[in-house]
Amino acid sequence: MKRKQRRMMVLGLCLLGVGTATGLALTAFEENILFFYGPTDIATQGVPEDTRFRLGGLVAEDSVRRLSDGISTEFLVTDTVHDVRVVYTGILPDLFREGQGVVTHGRLDAAGLFVADEVLARHDEEYMPPEVAEALERAGHGPLTAPAAAGRDAVGYASYGVETVTN
Amino acid sequence: MHRYANPARFVRFAQRVTPWAAVVTALLFPIGLYYALVASPPDFQQGDTVRIMYVHVPSAWMALFVYACMCGAAVAGLVWRHPLADLFTKAVAPIGAVFTAICLVTGSLWGEPMWGTWWVWDARLTSVLILFFLYLGYMALVNAFDDPNRGLRSGSILVLVGSVNLPIIKFSVDWWNTLHQQASISTFERLADPAIDPAMMPPLLLMAAAFMMLFFTLALIRTRAEIADRRIQMIRLAQAAG
Repeated sequence: MKRKQRRMMVLGLCLLGVGTATGLALTAFEENILFFYGPTDIATQGVPEDTRFRLGGLVAEDSVRRLSDGISTEFLVTDTVHDVRVVYTGILPDLFREGQGVVTHGRLDAAGLFVADEVLARHDEEYMPPEVAEALERAGHGPLTAPAAAGRDAVGYASYGVETVTN
Repeated sequence: MHRYANPARFVRFAQRVTPWAAVVTALLFPIGLYYALVASPPDFQQGDTVRIMYVHVPSAWMALFVYACMCGAAVAGLVWRHPLADLFTKAVAPIGAVFTAICLVTGSLWGEPMWGTWWVWDARLTSVLILFFLYLGYMALVNAFDDPNRGLRSGSILVLVGSVNLPIIKFSVDWWNTLHQQASISTFERLADPAIDPAMMPPLLLMAAAFMMLFFTLALIRTRAEIADRRIQMIRLAQAAG
């Protein structure tokens, strides 16, 4: 019995040690484990110019504009306290729309414009059928309806509520 | 627990239970898949891509559950020296590795259309990849010794060291900003009011039950095989000595 208890003690202490070490390491590297920074982080802490980093937040309502070159999009990323203006050239993911979470990767230029070369959509933990989303929206829970069964081709920019600027 | 820790008794139990477990698994999978692929609504933003979730989420749960079982068995093996516990740990490791691989692959297939990328190095995805490597590392380590008992003991220690990864996987989406979404139904407050529509719960729970029964069936079969393998080794050793 005594040997078993000693083995249990040793094992418990080892696990405690490994757990503490991991906890300390993760706390020390906390900044590096963050996948993205929010607009408030940038406003309060500042970011050195010409550093590539990820900026995450919600696409602000009524902020998405397609630029006149036809392939660039400009929008505001907000965390409801601060916003950052983002410009991105390329194909947006299916879930991209106003009010949706996004993570963009790029650099902040001297004028405070975030030039992104990658935009990823963030999906939240809400799952529901389209009829339920419509019912919620009718009941006044804000615009939920997305390009249902979204397809890049079928949807087009109209459903994002985007103004198209033409020359 | 102690009753079934006797290998001979376990084998008798497993022989009786395995056919029933296999039948239940074979029934649950078609029903679960029918609900998941046909008889459940699409999602309001993801469309039919949401159906990947019915395989992805149960396999992720099982990836964690199998590892947790291995941790329990590793403690039993190291502290009480139950021979069955060590053989169980060795037997279920490949099953857990396959569940983790299914989780990673289905997640990647979902991420490409939804997020716009196959893979990112965020905390959730990276910690699950580490879990996959822990499974592979355990399997390699156990077989790396001439003396099987030393292999099993080293493996158990690796399993326990790797156990710190389980809470990291679970809470990664709460502790850090990640691209991966937070849990929809995991905590107890959310169980009453899950962020997932009631219409999507039956396929998810049926698939989870199917995966659990599949694991149970395979664990019984593989643990029996490990016991048989160990007996053959013993007989060979006895013959070589005698």
